[in-house]
Amino acid sequence: MLDWFVPATWSPYLVGAGIGILVWMTFLLSDRPLGVSTAYAKTAGMVEKAVSQEHCASMPYYRQVTPEVDWQWTITIGVIAGGFMSAYASGTFAVTTVPPLFAATFGPGTVFRFAAALAGGILMGLGARWAGGCTSGHGISGTLQLSLASWVALACFCAGGILAAGLLFGARVPAG
Amino acid sequence: MRPDSSLAPGSPRGENGMSLEGIRQKRPLQVFLGLFFGIVFGFLLHEGGLTRYDVVIGQLLLTDFTVVKVMLVAILVGMVGVHALKAAGLVRLHVRPGSVGSTVIGGLILGVGLAVLGYGPGTAAGAFGSGALDAAVGMAGIVIGSGIFARLYPALQGAVLDRGKFPAGTLPELLGVSAGLVTAAVAVGIVIVLGLLAASGL
Repeated sequence: MLDWFVPATWSPYLVGAGIGILVWMTFLLSDRPLGVSTAYAKTAGMVEKAVSQEHCASMPYYRQVTPEVDWQWTITIGVIAGGFMSAYASGTFAVTTVPPLFAATFGPGTVFRFAAALAGGILMGLGARWAGGCTSGHGISGTLQLSLASWVALACFCAGGILAAGLLFGARVPAG
Repeated sequence: MRPDSSLAPGSPRGENGMSLEGIRQKRPLQVFLGLFFGIVFGFLLHEGGLTRYDVVIGQLLLTDFTVVKVMLVAILVGMVGVHALKAAGLVRLHVRPGSVGSTVIGGLILGVGLAVLGYGPGTAAGAFGSGALDAAVGMAGIVIGSGIFARLYPALQGAVLDRGKFPAGTLPELLGVSAGLVTAAVAVGIVIVLGLLAASGL
């Protein structure tokens, strides 16, 4: 099928090496691991703060993850901008609502896709805070520091993800 | 809070007259650096195809190994570099302790979320930048999920999160061997897995 054909992207080895070197730089210049999901918690805190400053100040979690615009917040804005620049430069920027594989499996309905994305996002946000990190914070930055918790977290991301995807997309025999 | 915070900007740590601590403590500069690092990360994620739902789900269905390849090479390169920088006294590690109640339960919830959303917190942002509106909806979901956790946090803290604390922070501490040895062993393991993936045409 034609819509499965995608423009050439960089080699995964080159991209992986680039991300590895990027982590050197975040450690060296910012004394931090590369992580993205904290920004979402800060954003949630900003919403709580906008609704009721008093209530937000009383919540213990937002004393640890302060709802403010800082390094951990701007990095996620940067990721949006970086994704746009890459897509724009390669001429692949396109406003889409339903990914091809989702449409082929569950139908082309935008409302259903958005509902699934919202539900999946809620689980993702809950799980990332629960585990203290996400696929970048634990999955890359933590594992490369040889953090025990991060290797366990990565194994659990894979176990939960492979099991749920298998159930959602029908049991398949892994190719190869 | 930070061991070297007594070092003033301009102290003789960096090479160009500007010390690393000086850079790290300049808040406006850090906000800009966060943005810059994010742009590079988003660019790389998109160039690697990791911002595509089909690639992420393909990985979870074990039909497309792009995500594993990118992550393993990132871990390999990052691990060797960060431990070399640490040995040179230029960086310190930031390892958080884990527990069964926090790491395992949270990790499994996140995994299920990944299968339903089809993007991670980073790749969702990159996908949104490339025009995927379902990723923007997913980002809103991640904010809501984070907010729900913050509300549950006081109740979860003692009852769940602290259950079954892990005995060590890092693998070298757990095994009682040097970080250099574990780095070498993990590096060999990653190269073998990458070689097997390439050999099997995945």
